Amino acid sequence: MILKRNVSLATALRYKGQGPYLTYILHRIGGLGMAIFVAVHILASFLGGEIGGFLNDVYKNWAFQIFIFFCALFHAINGLRITILDLWPKLLDHSREAIWLEWAVFLPLFGIAVFVILSTALGG
Amino acid sequence: MATTKPRILPLTKRGLNFEMLMWLFTRLTALAMYGLILIAIIGALIMGARTQMNLADVLRWGFMPNSSHVQSTEVPDLAPWSTPFWKITASVLLLIAVAHGVHGLVVIADDYIVSSRGRNIARIISIIMVIAFSAMGLYILWTS
Repeated sequence: MILKRNVSLATALRYKGQGPYLTYILHRIGGLGMAIFVAVHILASFLGGEIGGFLNDVYKNWAFQIFIFFCALFHAINGLRITILDLWPKLLDHSREAIWLEWAVFLPLFGIAVFVILSTALGG
Repeated sequence: MATTKPRILPLTKRGLNFEMLMWLFTRLTALAMYGLILIAIIGALIMGARTQMNLADVLRWGFMPNSSHVQSTEVPDLAPWSTPFWKITASVLLLIAVAHGVHGLVVIADDYIVSSRGRNIARIISIIMVIAFSAMGLYILWTS
């Protein structure tokens, strides 16, 4: 069974899938970001030494912390929405509302986290 | 959108194969990770209360309850943070997260790799990754 994709990358990038597509692509970016981070982090802890020290300095950077926390928090909250809708399929009637609810949960939590990270990094 | 009714097939018609089991596995491990991270955060709040542990350190412990994650903080004694309970919790979280994450990578790879030969290679690489990262993670958790 082979999927055939007759869509060019340029067409794919112009796809206007709106809200649900945005959560899909952010879920994918978040998952990839976390997978790469966790893989590198495990390798760095396992190897230790200078490589581990260098990678730890990367993690301490505030921009990296904001990025990886975005990945983790969005992937977690969007994943919970997907899990709830998939395990109780009757709720799929309200899938658009679920996405609004998801943003209403995500934005304040992420905002607080960004505030804490920035005030620690810039304020001392 | 009220006219489209969700298509809900009974399990017998959907069939029970590996992909379906992994679909379910992904959702159940998501819930399990919520539970384990919640346990770790509650543990950090109890153990770190006296030293007024900050939010970042609580969360860092929450995402992986390994004692080296609180080593550089103001925690005076690492002993309560490195009990067998936390090592087992961290190990379960690690194994679940690695399996969930690598399966996610396979799902993404399947969207871009279209030949069945390429997909088989991706699967072999994914199995090697699960074993390698689980082993390295367990080694770090039980020797730190």
